[in-house]
Amino acid sequence: MENLKKTFISKKALGNLVFIVLTYVVLNLLISNGILNRQYTSLLVPIAINIILAVSLNLITGFLGELSLGHAGFMSIGAYVGALITLHMNAPAPLELFIAIIVGGIVAGIFGFIIGMPVLRLNGDYLAIVTLGFGEIIKSILISLKITNGAKGLQKIPLYTNYKSYTIVFIIMVISVLAITNIVNSRHGRAICSIRDNSIATESIGINVSRYKVMAFVISAFFAGVAGVLYAHNVGILKPTTFDYNKSIEILVIVVLGGMGSIRGSIIAAIILTALPELLRGADDFRMLLYAVVLIIIMLFNHSKIKQGLVNNNTFKKLFRKSDEKVGE
Amino acid sequence: MINNILEQLINGLRTGSIYALIALGYTMVYGIAKMINFAHGDIIMVGAYALYVAVALLHLPVVPALIFTCVICAVLGVIIEKIAYKPLRNAPRLAVLITAIGVSYFLQSASLLIFKATPIPFQSVINVNSITLGGVTISGITIVTLIVTTVSMIALTLFINKTKAGSAMRAVSEDMGAAQLVGINVNRTITMTFAIGSFLAAVAGILYICQYQSLKPTMGALPGIKAFVAAVLGGIGSVPGAMIGGIILGIIESVSKAFISTELSDAIVFSVLVIVLLVKPSGILGKKKNEKV
Amino acid sequence: MALLEVNNLGISFGGLRAVDGFSISIEKGQLYGLIGPNGAGKTTVFNLLTGVYSPTDGSIVLDGVNLTGKSANEICRCGIARTFQNIRLFDNLSVLDNVKTALHNQVKYSLFSSIVRTPSYFRAEREMDKKAMEILKVFGLDRISHYRASNLPYGMQRKLEIARALATNPKLILLDEPAAGMNPTETQELMDMIRFIRDNFGVSVLLIEHDMNLVLGICEEVKVLEYGRIIAGGNPYDVVNDPKVITAYLGE
Repeated sequence: MENLKKTFISKKALGNLVFIVLTYVVLNLLISNGILNRQYTSLLVPIAINIILAVSLNLITGFLGELSLGHAGFMSIGAYVGALITLHMNAPAPLELFIAIIVGGIVAGIFGFIIGMPVLRLNGDYLAIVTLGFGEIIKSILISLKITNGAKGLQKIPLYTNYKSYTIVFIIMVISVLAITNIVNSRHGRAICSIRDNSIATESIGINVSRYKVMAFVISAFFAGVAGVLYAHNVGILKPTTFDYNKSIEILVIVVLGGMGSIRGSIIAAIILTALPELLRGADDFRMLLYAVVLIIIMLFNHSKIKQGLVNNNTFKKLFRKSDEKVGE
Repeated sequence: MINNILEQLINGLRTGSIYALIALGYTMVYGIAKMINFAHGDIIMVGAYALYVAVALLHLPVVPALIFTCVICAVLGVIIEKIAYKPLRNAPRLAVLITAIGVSYFLQSASLLIFKATPIPFQSVINVNSITLGGVTISGITIVTLIVTTVSMIALTLFINKTKAGSAMRAVSEDMGAAQLVGINVNRTITMTFAIGSFLAAVAGILYICQYQSLKPTMGALPGIKAFVAAVLGGIGSVPGAMIGGIILGIIESVSKAFISTELSDAIVFSVLVIVLLVKPSGILGKKKNEKV
Repeated sequence: MALLEVNNLGISFGGLRAVDGFSISIEKGQLYGLIGPNGAGKTTVFNLLTGVYSPTDGSIVLDGVNLTGKSANEICRCGIARTFQNIRLFDNLSVLDNVKTALHNQVKYSLFSSIVRTPSYFRAEREMDKKAMEILKVFGLDRISHYRASNLPYGMQRKLEIARALATNPKLILLDEPAAGMNPTETQELMDMIRFIRDNFGVSVLLIEHDMNLVLGICEEVKVLEYGRIIAGGNPYDVVNDPKVITAYLGE
């Protein structure tokens, strides 16, 4: 009897659902009452985009345990493909956007597959450099192609996902995050996490490590592509230089700050790091410096004696309790 | 046509030898600390700005300015190692890599704050006349670059193979634990490696800036990454490999710039990396290492 | 025909002949021991049998299926599972998830079904939980199934590794020094456990071990390896009294 209930819907899933709906309702109330002014409302879509980017990068960095420095490259593919579709199609706006998102994601996923292939033979430092190289290759190709209008980029992309359409973006973000969370908490996700922990042992229990590495890259690239499509229709113009190494690092900072292997952390960090520059206007020059310091300090702290002390201290045990449970919420 | 090809080859040799100097830093640090020092490329940038400060702002004569530059970079390399890398010596590699990226990003954004994003023009401090050999003109800076890199490489090779400190470095790169057991000061050896690597990066930075004559905060990133490609191409961890890899890469780059496409030349360089890693991940002169099961 | 038939297996690393002319035949349900001094090539034999290295020559046939040259994950799916000399667990996963990961090929559902959480996902996950707990119970790990693997004491980590190998539903299980670091009581427990899994899961066991009490206590047959070659084989009690074996261990 208990099992039957479990099949239908678990307590946790129900909690998540309530939380998502509540968030949306509160947001709507805040906007309709004018508490969130235009300036803040216009941040909602970028936040959602960064959440998708961070959660999808977390799949590779936090769960597969490999460093990808080319996430902006996948995003740019989605952005360009999506923009080209809506620029050249004559269909009702929702249909156009839907097709753009699906195709943009799939093309980015195909690139994820192509980049995933060298991954089969590499890991660690080499892999990071290869992903960085691929990001740069994609950028140079975007600059030299005619259809992407070279260095000048694309203009007048219809603004299907501007601040007014935050509902649709919210839905897409929720779907993306749920999809990745569900993958992580499945046999496929366990295979990916086991590769991170010990790839030789993973191979020894009959899991095809290569296949799952590529799968992680394809899924991650797909959602980065989706985020790219949303981005293109949010800002209306695309330039190859937007999607450089710095953009990839920005996403990495979100993942690291939120905690590698924590989806909830990625979401919170994405909100903070997207809203913060807006709240601290004028300190923009310090933003990059802050990112750099965040990266270094978190890494040093995570592997310092201070943290070991805190973890072993009963008072703080609750704070770090998550690390005792299974990874992936 | 033949003159054109020859000129491109010489250009390639020049950029290639700068890459080789930078690649040496990557390879030495990788050999000893088993990490990619992502910030290495940015040391070049720091070197270039240090030279600018010394010459244009402090009005130092050329030789003290050059010494000032090299010392600044060597000290910076050591400080980075002490603050950011040393505490992580036993941490997972992913953590070290992310920290290194953080350091690189830190150097770039700090110089962006200090010197702003607008490129600063810089007058070369190396003034040597160009020579013409059988219809091919070789610029003065090219000659100086080739001489300086050759001398540095010979000096480094002698240092590693003939001195006591050099053999300590080889021992640490072979087996850190064992080196410690036979009484080698591992920390000091690693510090020294970072100092030498950063010193060579400063030399590369000086040559680079005298060639391109313009400074900006991100100027070190691309040559840094390309030099890393060179180090991988030659076989990471191998000193002669870094030299060969740098020169091959420089020639590939200048030939593809001249005869294929300027925009795609970076893409071609990275494709070389991908191909090398797929076909022979250990590079031209590298040793193959497998994880023991 | 025996369950495992290995003929003339060999591998060279550069000029070094690490294993040479290794032949063994293991019956269904047999407990087999592989002993020899340090550096004799015992672990290399395991690595060859499980596809970590591909052999330079020779053949491996399990239950009529030729495994020679197959990849490690294919070999596991064909029915050989193993543990490692230096424990290799999934440190950040729970004890339960370590075993569930090993059930990867036993209970399946598609990627799509995990994304949209179809009924087949819940059904399969429940089945996995049940199977995993059954296996954990054998090793007395069921009570701590929610612990992170890296937080377990050493002896339990060794047991978890065996549990994980068992979860892949193997025909033959290779144990690389299972009693290393265990005290005599734990070793005694381990011996009972190995017999239990043989009897209840119908697996054959090939184990590398230095603890002679364990080898003499449970192995029905042993092979002795020295410098990559088999120097003796047969009944364990005869083998340990073989002068050639004594010389290999103690020198002339």
